[in-house]
Amino acid sequence: MEHIRTTKVEQVKLIDRFSTSNKSLMGTLYLTATHLLFIDSSQKETWILHHHIATVEKLALTTSGCPLVIQCKNFRVVHFIVPRERDCHDIYNSLLQLSKPASYNELYAFSYNPKQNESKRLQGWQLIDLAEEYKRMGVPNSNWQLSDANRDYEICDSYPRELYVPRTASKPVIVGSSKFRSKGRFPVLSYYHRDKEAAICRCSQPLSGFSARCLEDENMLHAISIANPAHHYMYVMDTRPKLNAMANRAAGKGYENEDNYANIRFQFVGIENIHVMRSSLQKLLEVSGTKALSVNSFLSGLENSGWLRHIKAVLDAAIFLAKAVAVENATVLVHCSDGWDRTSQVCSLGSLLLDSHYRTIRGFMVLIEKDWISFGHKFSDRCGQLDGDPKEISPVFTQFLEGVWHLTEQFPQAFEYNEAFLLQIHEHVHSCQFGNFLGNCQKEREELKLKEKTYSLWPFLLDEQKKYLNPLYNRDFSQKLVLLEPNTASFNFKFWRNMYHQFDRTMHPRQSVFNLIMTMSEQNKQLEKDFKELEAFHHYSNLKIRELGCGGRMSLERCLFKIWLGFVRTRIDPTGDGSAYHGPQHAHSVTTTRRFLYSPLNWYLASLL
Amino acid sequence: MEFAELIKTPRADNVVLHRPFYPAVEGTLCLTGHHLILSSRRQDNSEELWLLHSNIDSIEKRFVGSLGTIIIKCKDLRIIQLDIPGMEECLNIASSIEALSTLDSVTLMYPFFYRPMFEVVEDGWHSFLPEREFELLSSVTNEWRLSYVNKEFSVCPSYPPAVTVPKSIDDEALRRVATFRHGGRFPVLSYYHKKNGMVMMRSSQPLTGTNGRRCKEDSALINATLRAGKRGYIIDTRSLNVAQQARAKGGGFEQEVQYPQWRRIHKSVERYNILQESLIKLVEACNDQSHNMDRWLSKLEASNWLTHIKEILTAACLAAQCIDREGASVLVHGTEGTDSTLQITSLAQIILDPRCRTIRGFEALIEREWLQAGHPFQQRCAQSAYSNSKQKWESPVFFLFLDCVWQTLRQFPCSFEFNGHFLIMLFENAYASQFGTFLGNNESERCKLKLPQKTMSLWSWVNQPYELSKFKNPLFEANSLVIWPSVAPQSLQLWEGVFLRWNRSSKFLDEACEEMNNIIEYNKELQAKVNALRRQLAELETDDGMQESS
Repeated sequence: MEHIRTTKVEQVKLIDRFSTSNKSLMGTLYLTATHLLFIDSSQKETWILHHHIATVEKLALTTSGCPLVIQCKNFRVVHFIVPRERDCHDIYNSLLQLSKPASYNELYAFSYNPKQNESKRLQGWQLIDLAEEYKRMGVPNSNWQLSDANRDYEICDSYPRELYVPRTASKPVIVGSSKFRSKGRFPVLSYYHRDKEAAICRCSQPLSGFSARCLEDENMLHAISIANPAHHYMYVMDTRPKLNAMANRAAGKGYENEDNYANIRFQFVGIENIHVMRSSLQKLLEVSGTKALSVNSFLSGLENSGWLRHIKAVLDAAIFLAKAVAVENATVLVHCSDGWDRTSQVCSLGSLLLDSHYRTIRGFMVLIEKDWISFGHKFSDRCGQLDGDPKEISPVFTQFLEGVWHLTEQFPQAFEYNEAFLLQIHEHVHSCQFGNFLGNCQKEREELKLKEKTYSLWPFLLDEQKKYLNPLYNRDFSQKLVLLEPNTASFNFKFWRNMYHQFDRTMHPRQSVFNLIMTMSEQNKQLEKDFKELEAFHHYSNLKIRELGCGGRMSLERCLFKIWLGFVRTRIDPTGDGSAYHGPQHAHSVTTTRRFLYSPLNWYLASLL
Repeated sequence: MEFAELIKTPRADNVVLHRPFYPAVEGTLCLTGHHLILSSRRQDNSEELWLLHSNIDSIEKRFVGSLGTIIIKCKDLRIIQLDIPGMEECLNIASSIEALSTLDSVTLMYPFFYRPMFEVVEDGWHSFLPEREFELLSSVTNEWRLSYVNKEFSVCPSYPPAVTVPKSIDDEALRRVATFRHGGRFPVLSYYHKKNGMVMMRSSQPLTGTNGRRCKEDSALINATLRAGKRGYIIDTRSLNVAQQARAKGGGFEQEVQYPQWRRIHKSVERYNILQESLIKLVEACNDQSHNMDRWLSKLEASNWLTHIKEILTAACLAAQCIDREGASVLVHGTEGTDSTLQITSLAQIILDPRCRTIRGFEALIEREWLQAGHPFQQRCAQSAYSNSKQKWESPVFFLFLDCVWQTLRQFPCSFEFNGHFLIMLFENAYASQFGTFLGNNESERCKLKLPQKTMSLWSWVNQPYELSKFKNPLFEANSLVIWPSVAPQSLQLWEGVFLRWNRSSKFLDEACEEMNNIIEYNKELQAKVNALRRQLAELETDDGMQESS
């Protein structure tokens, strides 16, 4: 709180950044410990989490006040005009401090309290269990085993404790190999394909320099290769451009020499490094944020940013990987420099193409936990969670999500989750509201005691699962198709408007087919239930009427029945015009009453009266 | 002329057909007067190709030894390849196709020979008569009249016999105004906005020339549409520069001094073969799958197609805004008033008028604003993206209009009664068709060709319930509001259904679409069932019901 210099400023204008007529909303700006809040004159609230703020800029004073531009990590851009420069300056300085916390314990996750009891909180952390996941894949088995080499983070502090390696790889081989790999990240199992007995393994670059060799590392690769019984060669994918890999040799790092490793097929893929990606995104945002943008400046800006080229490169690499496994039954070892950025992208997207489990909501959570969180993608550095080196920030994970989005566009029925799910995960990777993405590796997370002090994101997403379900999802679709083979001709790649213009409402279709279908599909479930109940009720009523018989005499029982019938009917259909069926929510509340009233038992009890 | 003269080799055996998404198939090729037919003679008869000669945009031939190859590029953007054994056969067939696909005489075209296999319930030639449209108008206002001044096509050759003009302007005045407007296209009513009584008119440029010629009937005519004390807007679809240059050729624009009640806005919309080149470049970019990302994006940019889309939509939004938001009447024109003018007036109506977003309303719009308004379809759609002819009059003006409608449909997916397939069908028929609807350049030509008597109207076929069902948007819910499309480049998209149609399989997208329709259908079905049961229960409740069922 000590950073907050002013908590409330009135008469602030919020400017629509794309409106050419400088449309604006007048309102009041509030600064809380965690959020910046703007309430406009129509009481509409705009909440901005401090952690979401990427940059704050104070522009030159104008006649109407002092402009303050805030760019967020979720691509929201807000443009305020604060009447007094003094206030603007205070907010500006406060936000500078608040958006760049110096230590982890200042992050929102440590103060976020959803009022959940402790056991539920702990259960939440147990929702995703990676040991379970490896079991699902089919390991350990006769070729792969769990290694205890890193049980106490003794050989690689950015890896998880539990690692799967070939049975034939002895401890000295593992230790030797890890010494020959950048940051000790030796080759380990990322995904095991049960049917093909082929594996996806991951590691960092070898410290080969111009000529260095390491027998243990060579043995390690050999062990991986022979863990695939059907195969006599394996791929080694270096996801970097060849030039970068070669340059690394001068620093004593580099790539595998095919002559030194038995039966490997070495392949460069050419995905650019984090710095290129960072500036690419920056260029993309500059272009898409331009007011009164022409089509040609947009397209040439899109081209110059290189963004879609990078996305295509990542997807192409994933396809190469998946095809090697599914078509050639080959094992593939993937690495880049440190093996936590490009390697995570390619391994996770490759697995997603191979295994339909990762196209389910839970499966996708597992995939992120495995290839991103546990294998030490440096979320804290890449997302700039703390005040640190801005050169470490890079949209590597965003690119992964965009790759997935492109797949959902090409295979609309293959995914259980929808775009909103991807957007929500992106939101929380940056929000620091949940513990999952804090820190850079598992070891750091344990030291931060995240499982004791914070909440896991996944149970919250599962709770609101309905919002993230793809109504077109077809489970059988995935069974028919062993491997998703997306078309990566350039024309398939589109600008992801719903990500980069999430908050710019005027740019989106005014009616969403997707939302409509989602609502309808929800409603269908409800209608099916209603229909069954109504049918049973109708059937029962008919029987009852027959039983009561006709004739002129109005028996007490018949009177009762009629009264009850009318009562039930007005409850089901209060307006009498069927409007109860227009919204699933309303229909829901009606059903609860009905369930009681329909029950033949209840009617029987009533008839005894 | 007999077609037989043009067909030197009517059939060839062992021809191999290559086409998008299908494996190559061998069969017998037959040439008829209007079709190229390939039949594989398989039992199931599924491997057949029927291609209208008029759909062929260009052909190329290649030889490897005695095996000839003909590459046929169609106006619907599809490319197919025929491998024909025997050099002579191949040459003969190629020259026949070339001749048959570029017939000079309209009366030799297929629509004059086509005999429908369906029963005509409603003759499309009479579905959208100006009198019917005028009836609708007179039910809301009596300030307009239907003038037959152009009955003999003598006042304006590109106008229909009946046009709607202000009641206070007599035919004599119209004749005089016609002499003051390019091609005789005097201002006529294009759209009446019921909500506020404002109107949109269209015309061609005024012939002011360099010495500022004037015509008091002209200003009287357009002023007759203004309310007292109100100003109107003239939207000139040329840049000020181009409009000024037009004066040297006898054309020009409305000067403020002579039209003090009107504000002129120049909104430049590209025309003629610049658009054709844009189309050619775009299709070229889409057809090359090997482009890397940078090359694809720069080719897409260089084609300028989406820029044209943005220009047209922006101008249409402006016209609609003047009418709906400013409460002002609008006159739209460019030079001839047969191209960009019609794009703007028709799109503005789609934005403003819910009726134009229904199937019949949209058909009526095309009939009114394109066919009767004299858009020269025959010239403009003579060739498509594979043309080498570079004729100034060839231009995808109507195609661009359809793309703009598609963009709007994408942004308001529930506000249109028709779907994307409907627009694609119109695109195909505008370029090659068995129906007579898009033949000729204006009503006068159609009249001389006796199209209504000798050919079938596209609408007669489309408006059959079975055909219509394919073009219906299951999400349609009548929306009485004005719909404002976003013209930000981030909101515009390549019309994949047309431009990528033959370049990538849409299997998964089609299946998803089908699933979507299933969900919608199922929803309707369930609602109906639940409501029926509820009705029955209500009946039970009454005494009558109880007695009946007992």
